[in-house]
Amino acid sequence: MTTALQQAGDMRQPLGTPAALLMRGIGKSFDGKAALRDASFCLEWGEVHAIVGENGAGKSTLMNVAAGVYVADGGDQSIDGEAISLRSPLEAAAAGLGMVHQHFRLVESFTVAENVLLGFGRKAAVKTLTDAAAIVSAKSSEIGLPVDPHKLVANLSIAERQRAEIIKVMLLGARILVMDEPTAVLTDEEARTLLSFAQRLSRQGHAVVLITHKFREVAAFCDRVTIMRHGETVLEGARVANVTEAEVARLMVGDALTVAGRPLSRPGDVCLSVERLSARATAHGQSLNDLGFELHVGEILGIAGVGGNGQEELVACLLGLDRAGAGAIVLDGQDISTAKPDQRREAGLRVIPSDRFDSGLIRELSIADNLALTTVASGSFGGPFLLSRRAMREKAAEAIDAFDIRGATPERPASLLSGGNAQKVLLARELDHGLKVLIAHSPSRGLDMKAAEFVRSAIRRAVEAGAACLLISEDLQEVMSLSHRVAVMNRGRIAGCRQTGDVTPEWIGGLLAGHA
Amino acid sequence: MDFLIGWIAIIPSYAAPLLLASLGLIICERAGVLNLGAEGLMAISALTGAMTVLSGADPWVGLAAGSAAAMALALLFGISTVALRANHTLAGLAVVAIGLGITGVVGRPYVQKTFSGISTLGDLFGIDRGSAFGRIFAVQDPVTLALPTLVGALWWWLSKSRHGLRLRSVGENPAAADVAGIDVQLVQFGAVLASGLFCGLAGAYLSVATSHVWVEGMVASRGWIAVALVIFSRWNAARALWGALLFGSADALVPRLQAIGADVPVYLMMTLPYLLTLVVLVAGSLGGRRSGEPAFLGRVYLRQDKQ
Ligand SMILES: Nc1ncnc2c1ncn2[C@@H]1O[C@H](COP(=O)(O)OP(=O)(O)O)[C@@H](O)[C@H]1O
Ligand SMILES: [Mg+2]
Repeated sequence: MTTALQQAGDMRQPLGTPAALLMRGIGKSFDGKAALRDASFCLEWGEVHAIVGENGAGKSTLMNVAAGVYVADGGDQSIDGEAISLRSPLEAAAAGLGMVHQHFRLVESFTVAENVLLGFGRKAAVKTLTDAAAIVSAKSSEIGLPVDPHKLVANLSIAERQRAEIIKVMLLGARILVMDEPTAVLTDEEARTLLSFAQRLSRQGHAVVLITHKFREVAAFCDRVTIMRHGETVLEGARVANVTEAEVARLMVGDALTVAGRPLSRPGDVCLSVERLSARATAHGQSLNDLGFELHVGEILGIAGVGGNGQEELVACLLGLDRAGAGAIVLDGQDISTAKPDQRREAGLRVIPSDRFDSGLIRELSIADNLALTTVASGSFGGPFLLSRRAMREKAAEAIDAFDIRGATPERPASLLSGGNAQKVLLARELDHGLKVLIAHSPSRGLDMKAAEFVRSAIRRAVEAGAACLLISEDLQEVMSLSHRVAVMNRGRIAGCRQTGDVTPEWIGGLLAGHA
Repeated sequence: MDFLIGWIAIIPSYAAPLLLASLGLIICERAGVLNLGAEGLMAISALTGAMTVLSGADPWVGLAAGSAAAMALALLFGISTVALRANHTLAGLAVVAIGLGITGVVGRPYVQKTFSGISTLGDLFGIDRGSAFGRIFAVQDPVTLALPTLVGALWWWLSKSRHGLRLRSVGENPAAADVAGIDVQLVQFGAVLASGLFCGLAGAYLSVATSHVWVEGMVASRGWIAVALVIFSRWNAARALWGALLFGSADALVPRLQAIGADVPVYLMMTLPYLLTLVVLVAGSLGGRRSGEPAFLGRVYLRQDKQ
């Protein structure tokens, strides 16, 4: 294994050698629902190959088949010219294919070295933690991704965990490195470092697969691109130089993308006003200091700002999950700053939290249950002793239809949905009749273009219908294109607020950086 | 003073079954399989041990036979949870019901027949019972003597060895273990069998080494205390030793007080270990420290499931 690794590492292989990974006619269904139909993929040695496609297109499933995690229902696969049918991740690793999963496969309560040691089988040369730590350090400096082998994974940042995972996979002998949406969780700077590492690796003769949503990354760092839609390959291995962003977008989405603008409604009376809100910081959070703003009916107020400047705390205070130290929160003339979360909901407050599954949906519950969650207490689905499952199912079926939730039936657990579709479930629940003020926190984070567009236009429609929306987002473009007014949050305060038309780059840049 | 020496002398024999059972549960739960069946496993091995010795076999053979019986029941538990993916909680409760049910029926002819058990160190080495030291050591047996070493070895194996690392990875994150090439099911099966072995030793120790008799219900919820001990010890074998000593002392207090004819409400005293369990569990959950609970405990892993 090591000699093959070294050989491959020495030079870029000439064309005409067998493909690193070849997949033909791959099909895969889960509970009778096809996730892949006749998908194909061809990866050459020495390239960075991007796979793009909207959420739920089957990108992860295809690569999980390649990595032996899922067993395909049909199709052929070969690695380095050798036909292979994988039955476990171990066999894929033995064949030289390693995958960095979207949810890292690291034991959090172990150190990095322990995680690496885990992967070495009985016959491997590495037997002790000291050895494992040594090779981690060596590999880490060789490939230029720093990580401390003695640190607990639980104490690592996301970027560090990712580096640990990459080092682990490389140490196990991967010559083909598959990374599933690695940059979704990284800052721009970290992403650049990672992508140039991928490029370096390919220049040494390895093959790299990069699943991503960002065309920018494809254009700058990848050699070829494969596009997937609805479980099929719609464009296979085109040279990146030969495609444009518009073409890629069209192929990914299938139909034309309408770009959301601002809602057509004109802001009316004040419906939510927050005055001099202060709250103490939690463990590693940011405190809120004298924060204030007004939100009008039919208006979207965008709150821009770098994450960690109090956004989470503001949302928690508005919802009543955290108690504000001082200040008033007035909704429709009524001070709700001491009201309980359910009372605030009653008063018309709704939320799309930044982490869908952390505080929005319950993974294990069915989609119907998730949809009924907020109203079941008020008796919309039967009395206190007997719930009408039928009513819940019917309501869910309606929502699935209305919001075009793909991959959903009322009875399926929410955990099976892709990010975009899970977000639609949340929208279906929160944009109901009682909605007065919607707090949307990074509503399109991690979503592909089409799903993000869907979310934005759903919010726009709700606001046009008479609601108000507080849009808290780190995506400046999103804030600028949707909002009537833009406020900037910095160190727990609203540092400034303007009509969107009056926003200049200098103004916003200065406030974001915190010197204004 | 007399009272104190008498008390200290019997603490190890009360602590041993609790300790053995909780060690078994720790191994099992570190591999992610929630095991609530200790009570049933202990009952079946206590009876099997007694039956074996009553049929004329050596007490040590009785211990072995008891463990084997418990391992057979654990095998059933392993097949249903690991292979057939049954709910761990329900399967564990079923093991308790089966263990108590079978022993109730099969054990009826053996009830109250006494036999001679494992020899004490006093018998084996003729320890002089003159000193306090002698009095305490003379009543110990090879099992209690070996336990601290066993705890140390197990602690080392779980927390320092490669195999222990692999076992723990399965309980923490089976998906990670799986991509690391570890056979999740196989490890869990092994761990379940180990819990059968240890709980079996615990149960057989009760009948063969301490009571020298079989009585229905003689396990008397010690299996459940072992379950609580695992939480108390935060899944750490070394801490389980201290926990078992604490609970063992509470348990041993009752017969000692009775022996000196102290006027104490006996029934109230008998609830002491259980009260202690409650206190310890509440205290354990109040302290904000990491509980040490394996992250994937009690859940079923299937490679094809969405992670
Ligand atoms: N383990 C699984 N069990 C059931 N359904 C799944 C599983 N993995 C993926 N799916 C479904 O397959 C489809 C494709 O998902 P996925 O490959 O994750 O998409 P992508 O990575 O392109 O966003 C989705 O509809 C998803 O819900
Ligand atoms: Mg994916």
